[in-house]
Amino acid sequence: MTAPAALSTRPARRRGRFGVHLFLTAVSLAFLAPLLLAVYASLRPYEETAAHGYFSLPRHLSFDYYKQAFVDSGMSKYFLNSLVIAVPGVLLTLFLASFVAFAVSRLRIRGGIVLLMVFTAGNLLPQQVIVTPLYVLFNKIPLPYWMSDSLSMYDSLWAVTAVQVAFQLGFCVFVLANFMRTLPREILEAAIVDGAGVWAQYWRVTLPLCRPALAALGTLQFTWMYNDFLWGLVFLSEGDKLPVTSALNNLRGQFFTDYNLLAAGSVLVALPTILVFLLLQRHFIAGLTLGASKG
Amino acid sequence: MPKSPARRAGRPGARRYTRRDLVLLGVLLGIPILLDLALIWGPTLASVGLSFTTWDGVGDIRWAGLKNYDELFTSYPQFWPAVRHNLLWLAFLGLLAAPFGLLLAVLIDRGVRFSRFYQSTLYMPVVLSLAVVGFIAQLLLSRDQGALNAVLGGKNPTDWLGDPGINIWMVLLAACWRHTGYVMILYLAGLKSVDPSLKEAAAIDGASERQAFFRVVLPTLRPVNVIVGVITVIESLRAFDIVYAINKGRNGLELLSVLVTDNIIGEAGRIGFGSAIAVILLLVSLGFIVTYLVQELRGEQQR
Repeated sequence: MTAPAALSTRPARRRGRFGVHLFLTAVSLAFLAPLLLAVYASLRPYEETAAHGYFSLPRHLSFDYYKQAFVDSGMSKYFLNSLVIAVPGVLLTLFLASFVAFAVSRLRIRGGIVLLMVFTAGNLLPQQVIVTPLYVLFNKIPLPYWMSDSLSMYDSLWAVTAVQVAFQLGFCVFVLANFMRTLPREILEAAIVDGAGVWAQYWRVTLPLCRPALAALGTLQFTWMYNDFLWGLVFLSEGDKLPVTSALNNLRGQFFTDYNLLAAGSVLVALPTILVFLLLQRHFIAGLTLGASKG
Repeated sequence: MPKSPARRAGRPGARRYTRRDLVLLGVLLGIPILLDLALIWGPTLASVGLSFTTWDGVGDIRWAGLKNYDELFTSYPQFWPAVRHNLLWLAFLGLLAAPFGLLLAVLIDRGVRFSRFYQSTLYMPVVLSLAVVGFIAQLLLSRDQGALNAVLGGKNPTDWLGDPGINIWMVLLAACWRHTGYVMILYLAGLKSVDPSLKEAAAIDGASERQAFFRVVLPTLRPVNVIVGVITVIESLRAFDIVYAINKGRNGLELLSVLVTDNIIGEAGRIGFGSAIAVILLLVSLGFIVTYLVQELRGEQQR
């Protein structure tokens, strides 16, 4: 009795497996297609795709558009702007957030929960809610010339970095506080018995244990700060200072847009985050899920 | 009341801090708190205040009561389309992208071969900035040179991103492209932490695979469901980059976020009016944020 039953289910399951693969492959291809097409278009001259269409066989492949986007339209400069915002931004955010998380979750200071909620809620606000007053505020804060050639916080990279840090603190505090709660208390208590002050408890005892969480958050935060579009758009007026995502707009001509050039620019902008993702995939995903799958 | 002695016993914080510790706590807690108050919560309150004025950013700030809101609801032509588009965004991400992400996560979690490849590929769009997504959408969908029209051929090419009747749907597809992978990763992590014995027990009790999923697995994913819900709502309220990259959010692609930006950095300088739109966004999102935090807090207390 059992033999025929087994025989009848096995092919069915295999067919099911095959169906799953077919489905997943189709979806994967559909997801990749826009990216692959952008890469393909960026390698071909505009005249060729205009005459023969995007799906024609290549007659002439080159990196000319990349050179044009990177060198001629000065994207290298915008890349630098993005780095100047994102690298100190990530480091500062992680440092400040880890201390708040430490105080909330390990020292159990009074009002810790309230603090945690204030930070978390702040990260969930739509950015547009705070844009207007910040715009006014930054215009009113003077900065010396060596810090900002606009002589105010507005139209300086300081403004963008400051907002990034303030805004992302919430997410990092939330994730790190959850992470630190999972660390064994005994380690900290042993350090206290040994006479460690608050700084030693934080810097020497807790932080080294948080390395995986910090790596995950660092990866994620870099991508987010690098990808940001709105802050640069609103708080910078001079074209020279734009981060690279906002600067992409410059590749669009006023009367005529060379879409192959735009494709090259898009690929260039996307490249760092895709590389970071492929290299640090584990951290990347851990960062998102640390915040989500607690408890 | 009876809770407090036990609490105090397990609380090293009750120990007195040295002066150095207190200074350190003051500075290193003070800076982030100040930053958060000055750059996030202060401006939020200021937005609420400004929304009752007719400030243009330069002249005097003049109280206007509910005038801005009145104008917004009755005589600002872009407002209701923007609300509709934001709701559409929410419905699309919530009813299409999120369930699709869950489906993909369930399929990949069953341990098919090449799952790492599928996972990476499906996740790839998430690391792109929405602005880049917007630009790639133009490559595919622009009227004269877009790839889609090249495939379809035909004498009258469709203006996928320019026709106000169609473009919002195209943009929503692009947004889904990115949101699906995000949701998938969250569910994959959730599914990995589901106790396999639960599924076995369900199978022994004679539940079909589908029953086991909906009756046993999905309820245990509740925390992930909550996160996905919050992210979906927040994303649809924040939506901005894609439409701004495509056509600055005009001609069929109006969104509340775009209207705010337009009113403050545009030539109009209608800061009071822009703030009123921002306050609408704030009210909607705060509803969800508070619900979410209350839930989190409850979990915290049960721990």
